Amino acid sequence: MMEYLPNIIFAFVLVVGIGYFARNMNRLRRNIKLGKDVDVSDNTGARWKNMARIALGQTKMVVRPIAGILHVIVYVGFIVINIEVLEIIIDGLLGTHRIFGSLGVLYDVLIASFEVLALLVIISVSAFWVRRNIIRLKRFIKPEMKGWPKQDGNMILYIELVLMILFLTMNAADYQLQQLDAAHYTKAGAFPISQIIAPIFEGLSISSLIVVERIAWWLHIVGILFFLNYLYYSKHLHILLAFPNTYYGKVKPQGQFKNLDAVTEEVKLMLDPSADPFAAPAEDAAEPEKFGASDVTDLNWVQLLNAYTCTECGRCTDECPANQTGKKLSPRKIMMDTRDRLEEVGKNLEANKGKFVDDNNQLLDNYITREELWACTTCNACVQACPVSIDPLSIIMDMRQYLVMEQSAAPTDLNNMMGNVENNGAPWPFNQMDRLNWANEK
Amino acid sequence: MAEELKVPTMAELFAAGKSPEVLFWVGCAGSFDDRAKKITKAFVQLLTKANVSFAVLGTEESCTGDPAKRAGNEFLFQMQAMTNIEVMNAYEIKKIVTACPHCFNTIKNEYPGLGGKFEVVHHTQFLKQLFEEGRISLEGGKFKGKRITYHDPCYLGRANNIFEAPRELIRKLDAELVEMKSCKQRGLCCGAGGAQMFKEPEEGVKDVNIERTEQAMEVEPEIIAAACPFCNTMMTDGVKNKEKEDSVAVMDIAELIASAENL
Ligand code: SF4
Ligand code: SF4
Repeated sequence: MMEYLPNIIFAFVLVVGIGYFARNMNRLRRNIKLGKDVDVSDNTGARWKNMARIALGQTKMVVRPIAGILHVIVYVGFIVINIEVLEIIIDGLLGTHRIFGSLGVLYDVLIASFEVLALLVIISVSAFWVRRNIIRLKRFIKPEMKGWPKQDGNMILYIELVLMILFLTMNAADYQLQQLDAAHYTKAGAFPISQIIAPIFEGLSISSLIVVERIAWWLHIVGILFFLNYLYYSKHLHILLAFPNTYYGKVKPQGQFKNLDAVTEEVKLMLDPSADPFAAPAEDAAEPEKFGASDVTDLNWVQLLNAYTCTECGRCTDECPANQTGKKLSPRKIMMDTRDRLEEVGKNLEANKGKFVDDNNQLLDNYITREELWACTTCNACVQACPVSIDPLSIIMDMRQYLVMEQSAAPTDLNNMMGNVENNGAPWPFNQMDRLNWANEK
Repeated sequence: MAEELKVPTMAELFAAGKSPEVLFWVGCAGSFDDRAKKITKAFVQLLTKANVSFAVLGTEESCTGDPAKRAGNEFLFQMQAMTNIEVMNAYEIKKIVTACPHCFNTIKNEYPGLGGKFEVVHHTQFLKQLFEEGRISLEGGKFKGKRITYHDPCYLGRANNIFEAPRELIRKLDAELVEMKSCKQRGLCCGAGGAQMFKEPEEGVKDVNIERTEQAMEVEPEIIAAACPFCNTMMTDGVKNKEKEDSVAVMDIAELIASAENL
């Protein structure tokens, strides 16, 4: 029994880690589904292509070459090292050691490339840290990046750094053990990087080396499980959500804003000369739809998925003309606010047995101010810049619709403009009958 | 201006039982704004020179609804859209050309869902095509070697991926096309879009058009080329603000070509 203890502990840790993760993913699903339904069954070909190109291929990341290349390294490192994680899990459950070792030369190549990647990841992560904390790139020190978002950004880097160091330490001890022909530690793998570290373990007995190797091994896998569970609380969720998010991202021209169907019905009735304007609404008429969005539940689920996918990189904000000229609007903040409010609504549901209890809070005003909303030029720079196909503009537009159509709360100048369009067919106070005057003016 | 402009309306042609090759959608700015009217006229001269049979809606045209929609008034937008669509469908219009990227975007992308399916081209695309078909050509080099920088209108560029047609036209002038640091997909808005044209900007450190003008000035152009009446106004104001109106001109691409042709 005792000899199976490590396997049992391992299985327990694994189940707890994955179980907790599954629970959080369920929450995530539930929260995203609080959004209104939206039909995204069109253009499947273009959608798969976008996912392959933007999420898998990272095409938008390399628009900024330095960040892009460093990111690609960390990304490839992450994917490839997962094969190593698979081996660790099998070893942990079965009590084997380097079970893939029988692959021979292929295994050597695998381990060697993991090691090289681990080193590159360490370098990249350090560079990222320097950019955030020493160089202090403008986009990382905006007002919305204080407190948790800042800490979170650094935490991710620390965790990745520690995981990679543990991985190399584990290999270095293993390498020494292999040299000493320790039982159980058969010769397997090639260790180009950890070989260089190995000499610090020179002179340690086999039993102490085993202790080092085991500690690093356990901390590495526990660390990975911790990281997995950290995701839900972090902007790092993008490593999972970037894929569905790019799939469900906009496939229409960026300038095409959706037409509200409910409005179309009404306008058709109004323009139809044969319609009876005093007719009573049909018996089965649904509750009149609320126009636009004042809270997260008025948004559609793709917009909510967007909010969870946002990795707070600030590329959108960096390109935003309003933000560049010192206005309060930051498309990144729009996404962060949406996520924060959605989390709050989710917690409210949990605390009240699945029923939302009014909390006198909403996305509009309590999170996103009108000043921010009105500063947007709808230029699509943020949409273009986002490396994971997030559309902050769609949320801004939905909220403007709420302000104008539900609250008639547009700035006075805009009300004048709209009055002119309504009465004169132009945003300026000119007579429609003068529309062709230019043709005769000298 | 040498000759009187001949601007047929759809109503006239229809009464005579004729239908034009294209409808020229003038837009509100092109109809009413003094600066933009010059662009409208320049484009009409080019259409005339190229023997394009065209017509305008004249008093039957109304705002596309773009500023209303982007201000958040979907209701007003759809009222405008459906009224315009009804008029155009009644004239059985197939092809539309416009010098305003906002009209272009709205009619091209948002009208189809409301029953208005037209082929819509921007005037820079249309002019490029006229060149390709040999219906207009350029001789003489009024702008030869001049430094021209091109400002991408958001609603033409990013919104609809039209980056090349206007640039190709500038190259036809034998001019030296110099790019600003933010161009093409990463172009910077002039500050007019999203109905901002019609309101005071929110508080900040500067206005967007000033920032954009500064970017333009960095490449020391003699001319800032625009392809949108709103961009034109914004950049003109920016140049004035920098007191550079004597050395830097802001011109629409249609004006550049018309002027090179000595029209
Ligand atoms: S669309 Fe609006 S939020 Fe996005 S970059 Fe342009 S001005 Fe900023
Ligand atoms: S919306 Fe996109 S570009 Fe903006 S911060 Fe989030 S991930 Fe970055």
